[in-house]
Amino acid sequence: MSETLLDIEGLHVRFGGMHAVRGTALKVQRGETHCLVGESGCGKSVSALAVMNLLSRGARRDATRMEFMGQDLLGLSESGMSKLRGDAMAMIFQEPMTSLNPAYTVGSQMAEVYTRHRGGSRNAALLRAAALLAKVGITAPEMRLAQYPHQLSGGLRQRVMIAMALMCDPKLLIADEPTTALDVTVQAQILRLLLELQRELGLAVLLITHDLGIVARMAHRVSVMYAGEVVESAPAEALFAAPTHPYTRGLLECVPVPGRVRRDEKLGSIPGTVPRVREGFAGCGFRERCSQAMAECAGTIPARERVPEHRYLCRLAPDWRAA
Amino acid sequence: MINFRLIAAVLGLVIVGVVAFCAVFAGWIVPHDPFVQNLDGRMIPPLFMEGGQAGHFLGTDQLGRDYFSRLILGARISLLIGVATVITSGLIGITLGLLGGFFGGRVDDVVMFAITCRLSIPLILVALTVVGLVGSSLTVVVLTLGLLLWDRFAVVARTTTMQVRNLDYVAAAWASGCSVTHIILKEVLPNIVHHLVVVATLEMALAILLEAALSFLGLGVPPPLPSWGLMIAEAKDYMFFTPWVIMVPGIALFVLVLGINFLGDALRDILGATRDA
Repeated sequence: MSETLLDIEGLHVRFGGMHAVRGTALKVQRGETHCLVGESGCGKSVSALAVMNLLSRGARRDATRMEFMGQDLLGLSESGMSKLRGDAMAMIFQEPMTSLNPAYTVGSQMAEVYTRHRGGSRNAALLRAAALLAKVGITAPEMRLAQYPHQLSGGLRQRVMIAMALMCDPKLLIADEPTTALDVTVQAQILRLLLELQRELGLAVLLITHDLGIVARMAHRVSVMYAGEVVESAPAEALFAAPTHPYTRGLLECVPVPGRVRRDEKLGSIPGTVPRVREGFAGCGFRERCSQAMAECAGTIPARERVPEHRYLCRLAPDWRAA
Repeated sequence: MINFRLIAAVLGLVIVGVVAFCAVFAGWIVPHDPFVQNLDGRMIPPLFMEGGQAGHFLGTDQLGRDYFSRLILGARISLLIGVATVITSGLIGITLGLLGGFFGGRVDDVVMFAITCRLSIPLILVALTVVGLVGSSLTVVVLTLGLLLWDRFAVVARTTTMQVRNLDYVAAAWASGCSVTHIILKEVLPNIVHHLVVVATLEMALAILLEAALSFLGLGVPPPLPSWGLMIAEAKDYMFFTPWVIMVPGIALFVLVLGINFLGDALRDILGATRDA
């Protein structure tokens, strides 16, 4: 059932002279988790917001193709877009502490989303909200419905956010670092919940994260972003078995493995920071930090294919070794 | 430890409550018709002073009208002006502030220009001129003050809107498909309203004082309506011989404004506390 739900090609986002997203291509299949990985400032969140058309003022978005469930998003009006948001595509955010409106009860916020898109009575919406709260593992959902966000813990709020995103049976859930602000134990619970929900509801998830541990646990497919480009994209197993782009390899080396890393051992790191790419930048964005960089990295970089479905953006051959 | 905040809050609530009660039920409370003159019974001192008469709790004024009755009806006029002015100026100021703060850019430039213009207008001078030209009536006083006192509403609404509009729950609201109007009215406004309530109390106190000032200068509500400012104005000619005629409305005004400010502080504490939890 490999049906493409979200299909983006050649996405560019510019903020003034800054070129935040440069020709990103992204395909999310129905019912799969697609992880978007990279450091802060790589354009992961901006790409997701571009899909929702929720970029801040002053941002310009263009793309060669942007389709969601066969519908062209580029030509869609703002009102058409807001019909999709929260309905067929929903989003959850990084900060559960601030993502709920403090002025309303949990129940009224959840019911609001439902009645806006589906109509019907408030009571019916509240019943659905209670059912979903139970589904995301919240005990005593009726009590929670009447509570205000400040009465809930961070993990509970993120569960509420997820339940709220599910109110209208979305086909695509965009999760922007949903567990970054949570404790590790709560993080594990939330991830397990997302996995279960996905299996049960056939949800497609676009998961934005910088944590490769999460990727390994969640992803069917991974796209590694760097400086506004997808530098490597592959099925998760393929990527972890044979990371090809120097940046992907660098990222993987940065992950400490408990038990295998000794005390006092130096953790891996990639020197430097993500460059801010201006209009007219050419060549590989990673070349300043790359140990394999050569003069030709400033030229056009070929898109290569290691095996079908495993693409990367580098001049190096698929089986290169660090010299 | 004595909780001064709690005392102030209760005091504010009691003062405003009593004045509001008097204002609403003035018709039933007043012992005498506040407009009936009795030239034989002028300047009767209050009951607790020497020469006081039963039946005139606070004595009578220079035309022999019952002072207590006039004070109570005056509460109605003063509160009416306070509330009506705050509603008018609040509507203008909050609308401008929300628009400017939410949309930013050009819209904000226009709003800021309007606020700057308003701040450069000398309040009393313009109020005097307008009331002097148009003629004084309750409506004119309310409209004039309402059209002049919106600046603080606009400034506070604008800055708080700017803080709120970038918060995650507003982003989440966009992401769940809300319209612009919905986001401004249902997501932003409820979260800045606790700041605006405090501004409203301050502005109400200010409006009441300004009306008193206008009435004192003879350009507020027209006589024989008993506004507290007008009572002070009428009493000033007699204050050297019968000081109570100016003390009574003066103290009433002072206490009411104090009470409103206490209430505003208390509201700020209460509303602020639930947000920060």
